[in-house]
Amino acid sequence: MTQFLTMTQLRENRVVIAHVYTATAAIVVGALFGAAQGLSRASAVGAPGWFDYYRILTMHGVLMALVFTTFFICGLSLFVTYRSIPRERKMTLGWLGYWVMLIGVLMAAVEILAGNATVLYTFYAPLKASPWFYIGAALLIIGTWVVTAEIFENVLWYRRNNPGVPVPLPAFTAAATFLMWWIATLGVVGEMYLLIPWAFGWTPGINVMLTRMLFWYFGHPLVYFWIMGAYICWYNIVPKFYKGNLFSDGLTRLTFIMLLLLSTPVGIHHEFMEPGISSTWKMLHTVTTYGVAIPSFITAFAIFASFEMAARRLGRRGFWQTVSSLPWNNPAFCGPAYGMLLFILGGFGGLVNASYSMDMLVHNTIWIVGHFHVTVGGPVALTFLGIAYWMIPKLTGRALWKPEWALWQTRSWFIGMLVMSMSMHIAGLMGAPRRTAEVSYLGSAPNEWLAYNLLAAAGGLVLLTSILIFAAVAIGTLVANEKTEDMTVEFAQPLPGSEPAPALLQSLFRWGAVALVLAVLAYAGPLLEMLHHPVFLAPGMRTW
Amino acid sequence: MHIHKYERWWLTFGIGMLLVFLATIAFAAFADNINPPSGLQAIDPTKVSKTPPFDHPGLRRLPDGNYEAYFVAEVFSFQPSTITVPVGRKVTFYVTSPDVVHGFYIAKTDVNMMAVPGWVNSESHVFSSPGTYLLICHEYCGIGHQNMFGKIVVK
Ligand code: HEM
Ligand SMILES: [Cu+2]
Ligand SMILES: [Cu+2]
Repeated sequence: MTQFLTMTQLRENRVVIAHVYTATAAIVVGALFGAAQGLSRASAVGAPGWFDYYRILTMHGVLMALVFTTFFICGLSLFVTYRSIPRERKMTLGWLGYWVMLIGVLMAAVEILAGNATVLYTFYAPLKASPWFYIGAALLIIGTWVVTAEIFENVLWYRRNNPGVPVPLPAFTAAATFLMWWIATLGVVGEMYLLIPWAFGWTPGINVMLTRMLFWYFGHPLVYFWIMGAYICWYNIVPKFYKGNLFSDGLTRLTFIMLLLLSTPVGIHHEFMEPGISSTWKMLHTVTTYGVAIPSFITAFAIFASFEMAARRLGRRGFWQTVSSLPWNNPAFCGPAYGMLLFILGGFGGLVNASYSMDMLVHNTIWIVGHFHVTVGGPVALTFLGIAYWMIPKLTGRALWKPEWALWQTRSWFIGMLVMSMSMHIAGLMGAPRRTAEVSYLGSAPNEWLAYNLLAAAGGLVLLTSILIFAAVAIGTLVANEKTEDMTVEFAQPLPGSEPAPALLQSLFRWGAVALVLAVLAYAGPLLEMLHHPVFLAPGMRTW
Repeated sequence: MHIHKYERWWLTFGIGMLLVFLATIAFAAFADNINPPSGLQAIDPTKVSKTPPFDHPGLRRLPDGNYEAYFVAEVFSFQPSTITVPVGRKVTFYVTSPDVVHGFYIAKTDVNMMAVPGWVNSESHVFSSPGTYLLICHEYCGIGHQNMFGKIVVK
């Protein structure tokens, strides 16, 4: 039976396709740079004279952490909102957001590639980049605000027209993600407000610690933005691949609300080793950071419970029968599933980083880079790549080209990421730093640093191969395959007869207000403390 | 909202773990005094070379037999670049930066802090075994960052 999409739905698909393929371009180019970084750090091949490690690293960080993730999550969230709230709609906001983001990214990319913004993706002041780099980055954020407005408009429309009915879960999770994002990005936009006039030379100096605090007010929620993007898939989409159900509607909403509340009042865990913030606030943010254990435990339970419910319906019981009943030959399932496995490792590492005493052993070592590759580079990226294998056919009507290649892509990414990030973890425990073009220190460095960096570089080459396969499948599907695919979309539902979420877990915007209050409470103390000391501005410079 | 019996056990276990971790950190902080470096002394970054004691960075011996070491982290070196300290004495490191943010990390120890323009950061350490330790700038600071290092010789 073929179902036909409405004209509106076909127009919606075009916006989503634009986001997904822009994200694809970002991860492919980013992976090329990543592999080059690995080789440079391992001193594996003599780098050619024009090779500028830090320019490449800036591009890698920006493309991966800010462009690939943001474009994919915007596309995904628009997609699940549109499909769970079908209605006639105009695509104005959808396209406006996309173009503002894209123009911002292109501006920033030109400045980075021209060597005017070798400040890494964290752009720590007083490294002073070209003002156009900061303006480009600000435009990227403002574009996402347009996407936020589009998602909220749809949720509010649904509420108006369906009084007393809960907002469909996919749209709810997307709206929670973007509400969190909007609160978080206020910080980085505030930082831009300080950086842009300074970069133009209109202000003489910059309050360095204030910019760092604003950055990390945004920087930690940035990682929850990625995680929530992955959770949107794990809860709403993945169960469909094994004909399973959503474990619990209420607990899913609770998970997203908790992530919304716990996203901002934790950012100082990125500033444990910094002056100007006393250990009281560092301790407080340690406690709130650990709070994320609760939504993580709920999610882990929900995933396994959903697997088991589906297996039992087939008459399978016990651990191995449950595991073997899952669709391990479907790349759309394997991406998220391997990602979940990696996420367990990421959770262990996170416990170390978030502890303010143990972080002293690993802060700014390559362990940290290992950690975020086994969280965002593994679970999040692999989830998105896998979901792309499901989404692209749904968006284009074309069957996936070479699904067996796609399967090997998910496997090789899993293995490559495991090898690369475990080597990075070990090298970091041995003291090897991050963000360095090489680690020899003119021959003074211990030899084992180099050995583990070599292993990491090998993992990086596996990853590069893997992403090239992904690109081949994504492009091959567009050009080679006929339009035969059923384009209708279904999301995971709770078991028939299960109770709806309590009203308390449905009023999203009220929780947003609570989140804002928590953010103010968590930052008022450290901000006042910092401004209580003499404020010296740094003039800033270009050191590259 | 109905929550399954097993899920309640699982969440109790999770929250229990959480409390154990937090208690461990609190114990380390309050009983063993293991706290991250949190220097609260402000300094004008444009006048570091004229502000004592950073006008003459280096090692000082205190009357009680312990040491203070003042470092300036600047593009792309540490001043001083090498110091020699005795085994078993407490050394308190003070560091600031006159230009951009740098790192101050003595590899394979827990001396790990950020040198931020406008602030003096500090941390104490007792070296329990002799050897030559690598002092590394572990925050990107510019084109020469990978060669910004010094040595701590412990005798
Ligand atoms: C082909 C796959 C990849 C390879 C080979 C790779 C390799 C690397 C390497 C070697 C570094 C460390 C450089 C250093 O600290 O000196 C790095 C940094 C980084 N990577 Fe990746 N990576 C890959 C994929 C990803 C993905 C998928 C993401 C996120 C979605 C990501 C995000 C980052 C970020 C945020 C940094 C930090 C940049 C900085 O310190 O400024 N990477 N990558
Ligand atoms: Cu964080
Ligand atoms: Cu440096």
